[in-house]
Amino acid sequence: MKIKVGAFLGGLSFGIGLAISGMTQPAKIVGFFDFAGNWDPSLGFVMAGALLVYTPIYRAVVKRWHRPIWASSFSLPTRKDIDWRLVSGSALFGVGWGLGGYCPGPAFTSVGARSQEALIFGAAMLVGVGAYQIFTRLREARIEEAAARETSPVIDG
Amino acid sequence: MDSFTPVASTLGGLLIGAAAAGLLMFHGRIAGISGIAGGIFRRQPGDVTWRIMFLAGLFTAGVLGSWFYPEAYRVEIDRTSLALVAAGLAVGIGTQLGSGCTSGHGVCGIGRFSKRSSVATLSFMATAAITVFIVNEILGGAV
Repeated sequence: MKIKVGAFLGGLSFGIGLAISGMTQPAKIVGFFDFAGNWDPSLGFVMAGALLVYTPIYRAVVKRWHRPIWASSFSLPTRKDIDWRLVSGSALFGVGWGLGGYCPGPAFTSVGARSQEALIFGAAMLVGVGAYQIFTRLREARIEEAAARETSPVIDG
Repeated sequence: MDSFTPVASTLGGLLIGAAAAGLLMFHGRIAGISGIAGGIFRRQPGDVTWRIMFLAGLFTAGVLGSWFYPEAYRVEIDRTSLALVAAGLAVGIGTQLGSGCTSGHGVCGIGRFSKRSSVATLSFMATAAITVFIVNEILGGAV
């Protein structure tokens, strides 16, 4: 129960932060990248503010804590390699971000505010997320199945 | 630069950082919105509800915001439904392929001094800038 309520409050404060910072207004996202026009540096201040809090807490927590307060272990990314998926996927995300003016967080929050634009964007985004995840799961299952076939003993007659 | 909001943006950023730090301290998780959403579709037992609750919190922030602070949700850019659908699909597929978005790579990843996240952030910042340049300078600001 506390895990559910905690996650809800986490999302709630994250979303309030997004709204206060102006990140739920697509014009401010587009403005940050509009170097040739009316440049709005706000997004840089949002990231700087978030990093100012997150970076020292992260460093202190991973150094001194053996486990988080409500879970038996930390679930943190372990990969270190730079591969084409990381670079091309991020590049594709950037195109959509610049085009629509929403990234995933502000999209969820703006759907809650019943923004028509966010609703269209968010529905398409969820289709993209779901299609990718379902496709990946099916492919992984196929690879596992093929591996299981190869290692199973051959029975002749 | 008439719309530049340094104080509000910094304050909002501090709150975003605190929320992400809370998810780390209490749940041991990275506050990457695209990763949280993507995990719902992987349907691992015991790993779905907290994700839905976090996204419900984001959604509720919007519901409350639309009552108390509706200006925060203004859309002042000119986009057709087709452009929004294309943008949503690109963000949905791109963040899953690239394992993160502005929050997961841009805030949490850079905060962890992750090389992968720094490269990802440079990549999506670069293509967002190119896209905005094309839309605003070549297509006249409306797509």
